[in-house]
Amino acid sequence: MEWFANPENTKPLGLLIFFITFCLIVLWVYGNKKRGKRLEEHKNIPFLDDDEVKKD
Amino acid sequence: MSATNQAATEQYDYDIIKKFSIMAIVWAVVGMFVGVYIASELAWPFLNFDSPYFSFGRFRPVHTGAVIFGFGGSALFATSYYVVQRTCQTRLFAPGLATFTFWGWQAIIVLAAASYVLGYSQGREYAEMEWPIDILILFVWVAYLAVYVGTLMKRKQAHIYVANWFYLSFILATALLHTFNNLAVPVNLFTLKSYSLFAGTQDAMTQWWYGHNAVGFFLTAAFLGMMYYFVPKHAGRPVYSYRLSIVHFWALSFMYMWVGTHHLHWTALPDWASTLGATFSIMLLLPSWGGMINGIMTLSGAWDKLRTDPIMRFMIVALSFYGMSTFEGPLMSLKDVNALSHYTDWTVGHVHSGALGWVAMISFGSLYHMMPRLWNTTMYSEKLINMHFWLATIGTLLYITAMWISGISQGLMWRAFDEFGNLQYSFVESVAAMHPFYAMRAIGGVFFLAGMLLMAYNMYQTIRQGVRAEAAGARAAAATA
Repeated sequence: MEWFANPENTKPLGLLIFFITFCLIVLWVYGNKKRGKRLEEHKNIPFLDDDEVKKD
Repeated sequence: MSATNQAATEQYDYDIIKKFSIMAIVWAVVGMFVGVYIASELAWPFLNFDSPYFSFGRFRPVHTGAVIFGFGGSALFATSYYVVQRTCQTRLFAPGLATFTFWGWQAIIVLAAASYVLGYSQGREYAEMEWPIDILILFVWVAYLAVYVGTLMKRKQAHIYVANWFYLSFILATALLHTFNNLAVPVNLFTLKSYSLFAGTQDAMTQWWYGHNAVGFFLTAAFLGMMYYFVPKHAGRPVYSYRLSIVHFWALSFMYMWVGTHHLHWTALPDWASTLGATFSIMLLLPSWGGMINGIMTLSGAWDKLRTDPIMRFMIVALSFYGMSTFEGPLMSLKDVNALSHYTDWTVGHVHSGALGWVAMISFGSLYHMMPRLWNTTMYSEKLINMHFWLATIGTLLYITAMWISGISQGLMWRAFDEFGNLQYSFVESVAAMHPFYAMRAIGGVFFLAGMLLMAYNMYQTIRQGVRAEAAGARAAAATA
């Protein structure tokens, strides 16, 4: 616990955690073509609401 | 389209959105009028009338409160309630609570403005409200979060559209910022006066952690939520890259929290904290420009809309100003540039290139798209929208150009030495030299306000047209029944 109380240790640790998490997000977004295609399909959501209304 | 819209007005809860939209326009007119007045006070000081009630010091937070929280806040409440319902294809959760957010928010803006004019202020930038108003904000904000999250939870769409991510991050971050920036001890229960829990450098750091994140999450992330829905919707084509919007969101969320200390270069703040703020500010350029390019490229293949559609023009020019401000910000966060720019009008110009060019223009574009749909009609006059666009653009350019010249002149005059090593100019000489630019800034403000008045008139006629058509429809239905 004492190690965590020292800002000189936790500052680079915090940086590492955030940086690695961010890299993982980028990898998740761009790392797989199939997933990428699925993600891109979500861009049409704003246009689905009109269809929904018409169904009613 | 009319039949579709008629169904939409029944499917979604539009009443609360109408209220917030109207108040956004009312507060924009009030806030911008006070802005023009205080800009004129700086150019022609007799306008202070030797009265504390008319003084710049008291009117300035009235201006910032009315435009940021009154206009910007009401526009965000309105558009977020619209976007969350339409992208989740469901009605608002707890409409009674949503109504509370409306009345509570309007009460906050009125109470804050009245308290500033009467001389009550915490002296914290963009958070001048004294403690009882802060507590009211807390209640309204928790209600807002409950309505928003509740609506997301009852969505009919499996995926939460990215605009909602931006709105939600704005709601969560604002709750966090508001709470910690306003930790204060009241002098007693029956006075408005209170003292901050923090002291000295820590207090300054807390204030600018709040101050810059108010820019980052209230004035940027939230309006990006607006952009990610209304730009594709108005252009009639999906956003350029959904994956880029995800990276844009996470990068902004990671980086904004760290940059506040760039407001405190060359002070008692530890040097590492100051350097950290500058480093993250430079890194922010990448996601900011990624988002700007994503928004602008949405129009790829339909650039002709810029010639024919003034609403689209508002949106794309807003994105261009977003790009320009997010380039200028990192530049000003560099310690050497900051040594020249800090405490000068350059900062004021930078803030307004973001506030007028980005925040106000994306709001105008979104409101012009949304409001006629709320009343199931079309805009009263497209010509007036076009005039508004040019008045707003010229006004913004006049404003920021005046502040660039005066800010850089101030910075250079304050650091000039004569041959004996004495300061070359007294402070009052620098004030006198700024007069033409202060007049130019006030004129820029008049242009922007004139455009806003045109919008208010255009919206009034649009709403009247919608209400009349609805009444005529009801009469016709009654006659045939």
